[in-house]
Amino acid sequence: MSENYAPKSAVGKWFNDRLPLLNLIYGHLLPYPTPKNLNYWWTFGGILTFCLVTQIITGLVLAMHYVADADLAFASVEHIMRDVNYGWLLRYIHANGASLFFMAVYIHMARSLFYGSYKEPRELIWIIGVFIFLLMIATAFMGYVLPWGQMSFWGATVITNLFSAIPLVGESVTNWLWGGYAVGSPLLTRFFTLHYLMPFLIFALVILHVWALHVPGNNNPEGINVVQGSQDTVPFHPHYVVKDMFALVVFLVVFAGFVFFVPNLLGHTDNYIEANPLQTPEHIVPEWYFLPFYAILRSVPDKLGGVILMVSAIAILAFLPWLDTSKVRSAKYRPLYRQFVWLFFANVILLGYLGAQTADGLFLIIGRIATAYYFAHFIIILPLLGYIEKTKPLPKSLSEPVLSPEERQMKAAASGASA
Amino acid sequence: MSEKQVTRRNFLYVTTGAFAAAGAASLAWPFVDQMNPDASVKALASTEIDLRPIIPGQSITVMWRGKPVFIRRRTQAEIDEAKKVNLADLPHPEEDSDRAQNPEWLVMVGICTHLGCVPLGQKGDYNGWFCPCHGSHYDTSGRIRKGPAPTNLEIPDYVFLNETTIKIG
Repeated sequence: MSENYAPKSAVGKWFNDRLPLLNLIYGHLLPYPTPKNLNYWWTFGGILTFCLVTQIITGLVLAMHYVADADLAFASVEHIMRDVNYGWLLRYIHANGASLFFMAVYIHMARSLFYGSYKEPRELIWIIGVFIFLLMIATAFMGYVLPWGQMSFWGATVITNLFSAIPLVGESVTNWLWGGYAVGSPLLTRFFTLHYLMPFLIFALVILHVWALHVPGNNNPEGINVVQGSQDTVPFHPHYVVKDMFALVVFLVVFAGFVFFVPNLLGHTDNYIEANPLQTPEHIVPEWYFLPFYAILRSVPDKLGGVILMVSAIAILAFLPWLDTSKVRSAKYRPLYRQFVWLFFANVILLGYLGAQTADGLFLIIGRIATAYYFAHFIIILPLLGYIEKTKPLPKSLSEPVLSPEERQMKAAASGASA
Repeated sequence: MSEKQVTRRNFLYVTTGAFAAAGAASLAWPFVDQMNPDASVKALASTEIDLRPIIPGQSITVMWRGKPVFIRRRTQAEIDEAKKVNLADLPHPEEDSDRAQNPEWLVMVGICTHLGCVPLGQKGDYNGWFCPCHGSHYDTSGRIRKGPAPTNLEIPDYVFLNETTIKIG
């Protein structure tokens, strides 16, 4: 697709002959053949790239003012908010940007689940995506620790203590992570270093993610294979560049709404109190995007068991391409899966709600049922559906489902004549 | 002689590889170990406390290695309550006499053994400590009675230097 690109300018030609970088960019961004029926759920890949770049740029400038020391961190964040020119804006973009990043990534993952984008031949794209998600979790968690407020401190304490559940070496591992015997300055400094590093690792994985995507090409709402370059595809530019841009503008309206009108809506007021190692806040609650996993952690009465289950809840995603035994990708043609996938989404939202409540009484019981259902979806429902579900017949091309009966007949006659 | 002969070259490959691996592993260690508690952190590893200002029924919290340590001068009622507990009822059975060198003084790390929060004193179903994070209840000897914490509150190493001074660590 990119081989026949020839730069027009002499400089471009000189450069491209020595390093075919323009060739590479051209091929992946301009004529790249894309299924013609991608809906707005497919615009979140571009939105996520935008989020990553925004976090890197705002993070870079915040790091110019932030001090990663337990005695100075909280004051330096207040300094950013009050004294640094536009510091409030940069920090609010960065903090809300993290939330919107997760909002977008959950939609992006949900789209993949609904339309079966993780299935053969796109398993590796999905698995790389799971690793990106893991890195995002680590990055967001470490970033939340940096302001060194009460939630930062106690969130870091609870999460690093998860490692103490490891048999035999648990205590040594936690002391190693802390660089001491409790959460303190050494931990803050190393979290800052890693928080700075990880977005670049994510960026590298995003390149692999897109590279792997461009081998088989995009999945599509019908979930059928399309022949690249056939009538079922259109060039990425201008068709999807424009569609992605429009979606991005709508996304930016929401983003700006958060930043300018309710910048602290998704945060916790406790984090505006400086970290105090002698006083634990009444309710330690993680950021909203971790709540479903937090609910899973708390649903187990055993410390090690809870940790294992929470890690499994994410790790199981990597095995999804093989747990789902159905050959049909899109939920549009899977009448049973279509219901179960919505049930799964509802269950995750329920877990998120439970993660914010106190873990006792009825909440705990519902939490356990919801946790059991989360895993049952992957290890019971998905493998079985492939065998018992009667899927609807798939269209032969992307045009077929939208053609009128007459047009369909004409097309059939035409292909019959040519055959 | 077997078909796959071990040549001088094979031997060189394996030994070179082995030396390179051993070298890389030993060089990796400083990069890992630098994260462990450093000399300045370890230097703060012991604390001495004067117990004279504490009256019965009062507790103080001191910092030791960056962690809170509870020192409680227990009332006779609390000591009796801790002693009469049937060990079979405990998730982590320990005698009260093994937890307090001098029954009047209970010294323990004030960190919930579940996920590291600081429990609140004289609260909970057993009149001892209660952790607000995930609801662990400890008794008047700091033993876990109810909730997700796996073990009793930790007893640090400490010695009575004299009647009224202890050294933790």
